[in-house]
Amino acid sequence: MPLWIEAFVALLLLASGVLALTGAVGLFRYGTFFQRMHPPALAATLSAACVTLAWIIFFSVVERLPALYPLLINVLLALTTPVTTVLLARAALQRAREANADVPPTLAVKKTPSPD
Amino acid sequence: MSTLLAAAIVVTLACYSLAMALAFVRLLRGPDPQDRVLALDFLYINGMLVVLVLGIRFASNMYFVVALLIALFGFVGSAALAKFLLRGELVE
Repeated sequence: MPLWIEAFVALLLLASGVLALTGAVGLFRYGTFFQRMHPPALAATLSAACVTLAWIIFFSVVERLPALYPLLINVLLALTTPVTTVLLARAALQRAREANADVPPTLAVKKTPSPD
Repeated sequence: MSTLLAAAIVVTLACYSLAMALAFVRLLRGPDPQDRVLALDFLYINGMLVVLVLGIRFASNMYFVVALLIALFGFVGSAALAKFLLRGELVE
């Protein structure tokens, strides 16, 4: 394997490690849950993209044919991560409302009795 | 496997381990249940990344299937836990 390809793969892997660590530090240090929701997305999007790109390059060179199947993982993560995030955010919002915390009120229109 | 790539893989795995340790502290401490679910979500994504990097280290295709299954079942678990926090029951 040429050295520059190995260097590129190594660089991608290091970037992925640093990004995942950044997300973990954010998850660890932020103060409230709604702030803590944001950093883990870094690991699911950019970090995973770096690893799968490194995998594609590495195996395409090793096996001498394009190995594009790791994109499946990126597609899967792009579909599933927002679902989990939205469900968790709604759960946290509802629990905060039940606890009378300082969060925005629900948008649901309250049923008013008809005038007649 | 040259020493350059092997060293990069060791450093990357160390970064992942540190990230998982921080997420595990959040999992144990996290004041609310949703914090723990979020930390668990982060943990399984990190585990999937570790498996992918190990696949590059040992130059084996089999690790890809493992990573795909971890991503799939991790999502199912996280979604089920979030749904449970939202409603208090899974199947209505």
